Amino acid sequence: MEIDTLNEEGMKYTTRLKVPGTIQQIPRLARYQISEYLHSKRFIALVAIVVAIGAIFSFIMNYYRSTAITDAVSFYSSSWAGGVTFIIVLSAVFFGGDSIAGEFQNKTGYFLMSAPIRRSTVYVGKFIAAFLSSFVIVLIFLLIMIANGAYYFGENAFPWQLGASLLFSLAYLLAVLGTTFFFSSLFKTSSYGFVLTAILFLIGFSLLQTVVTGFAKTEPWMVISYAQGVIGQVFNSPINWGLSATVSTTKFRTPSGIGTLTTYSPGIAEGILIMLCYFVLTSIAGLFLFEREEFT
Amino acid sequence: MPTLETVQLTKKYGNFTALDHLDLKMEGAKCVGFLGPNGAGKTTTLKLLSDMIYPTEGECYINGIPVKSNRKLALADAGVLIETPEIYPSLTPREALTMIADLRGIPSSERKTRIDEVLEEVKMSEWADQRVGKFSKGMKQRINVAASLVHDPDIIILDEPATGLDPRGMAEIRQIVRGLKKRDRLIFMSSHILQEVTDVCDEVALINKGKLIFYDTLANVTARFADGNYSVDVALSREANKDVAREVETIKNVTSCEILDKNRLRITFKGGPKAQQELLESMVKLHLGMLSFADSAGTLEEVYLSEIERGD
Ligand SMILES: Nc1ncnc2c1ncn2[C@@H]1O[C@H](COP(=O)(O)OP(=O)(O)OP(=O)(O)O)[C@@H](O)[C@H]1O
Ligand SMILES: [Mg+2]
Repeated sequence: MEIDTLNEEGMKYTTRLKVPGTIQQIPRLARYQISEYLHSKRFIALVAIVVAIGAIFSFIMNYYRSTAITDAVSFYSSSWAGGVTFIIVLSAVFFGGDSIAGEFQNKTGYFLMSAPIRRSTVYVGKFIAAFLSSFVIVLIFLLIMIANGAYYFGENAFPWQLGASLLFSLAYLLAVLGTTFFFSSLFKTSSYGFVLTAILFLIGFSLLQTVVTGFAKTEPWMVISYAQGVIGQVFNSPINWGLSATVSTTKFRTPSGIGTLTTYSPGIAEGILIMLCYFVLTSIAGLFLFEREEFT
Repeated sequence: MPTLETVQLTKKYGNFTALDHLDLKMEGAKCVGFLGPNGAGKTTTLKLLSDMIYPTEGECYINGIPVKSNRKLALADAGVLIETPEIYPSLTPREALTMIADLRGIPSSERKTRIDEVLEEVKMSEWADQRVGKFSKGMKQRINVAASLVHDPDIIILDEPATGLDPRGMAEIRQIVRGLKKRDRLIFMSSHILQEVTDVCDEVALINKGKLIFYDTLANVTARFADGNYSVDVALSREANKDVAREVETIKNVTSCEILDKNRLRITFKGGPKAQQELLESMVKLHLGMLSFADSAGTLEEVYLSEIERGD
């Protein structure tokens, strides 16, 4: 089959097979990546971790039911919102930590790159696959939480805040995966990406947040772990939907007099904006790095 | 007509020049062998041709399409196998090939037949639905070969395709490459196995230290070097001893007869195909129990060694 094609300079070439457009190639690639992820040992490990966390949680809830649980909103605030950020970081590290570096280190990129696809197709396709696979893990956690909620609150187990919180957690997932992919394309050794993102998201950012609030005494708007707070804040009332933070000061007594402690919590719009900025900026940087990378 | 072209193609790693202003133009249906010692720059050239790495200077073209600025279109009609890529371990060969076929836009109606065909060609049909993770190196390489052929390309770029294969695997790859020549294809294949090159290639390009030494037809290369002398390797069912060699040397046009091992001789003779035909007829008449009669890689080996030595 002979087909005439125009190249980017508008010159005419005859090719036998029509290669699909990049927009069509991305979901095709993502499909096989998802299959790869869902068949991987990591996926099984993640499911096991989530189920274990869910089981421990359910047990503790049941044990202290009378004191701990008052209504569905505060139930999800402490259970779902407390756990989901950890689950998100864990799956992002598992699926994204070696996403790009692994293509070099394991030489699987050489297999893919012999096909007529852009480098960015591989990046975006893998991102979509990692996002959806992580989403499956988040959903499993959500289902366990809802099962608990339904057990205690029956038909009142679905406050709208839970839906909103789920949406915000997806914004957080985008941000964490974006950062993970960026680090992964910074190195050609898989383990660096894993270790760096795990350390950053599990310890680094909260440390930074403490430092910025405690010592610089300003709003830590540049820190992702701060923005992620909206996942839980939507369960509070009143809700600050705005673009600026809620600032509260508490006075406390110290041996030398009265001290003040200032805490910041992001407005919902602000938090989402910060998370989306992380996602966009890290993705642009990661794509840029990957385009220049060589399969030496 | 399929074409492959490099123009002033240069690749530097820091101060080290892996490939030095390579100009090479291959046109039409044929098989070009790409020779050179370890570290000569063969893989570097093939990676540049397939946009795995970027040139420091110069350009390369597949069917006239600049590879660097238009990777998708350039690779659309090319099948590429460089070194030994890995396949996602949890995919089966069928899934891995379907992925490639899918990305290449092979219509879903043809996909299955095509994949079955290439799997059959590389003798991996019975493993089609097992996960690649447990495969041996040679089995994976067969799938890699299949992946580079699945879209029935016009241009095939192979980097030591027989790497990691057992002797039978090597012979099968040779068979596959020979089979590929049946349709109008341009095959550019690097190899260290001179016998393989003599067997399947029409032309050879030799590089050393990143520089092209020569690019010519196999016949010209051997003829120019051997000063009109050709050689063939002959296998006999009986012992290849001095008496036999002396007898062979009496045949018209034969200049020498060398004993390679217990049952094999290398006969050098003057003249072209006509002389070779007469030699074969005379050999049959001698009733030496001749089992095979094939072009020898000996001349190519001599060319190779002397040219490389000259560069050192
Ligand atoms: N990433 C890299 N960094 C630095 N030098 C490199 C890199 N890749 C290749 N080289 C150098 O470039 C030269 C050419 O390498 P290349 O792989 O092209 O050789 P080759 O002809 O394929 O050899 P072989 O027959 O061993 O496969 C070698 O000297 C190698 O050390
Ligand atoms: Mg090589």
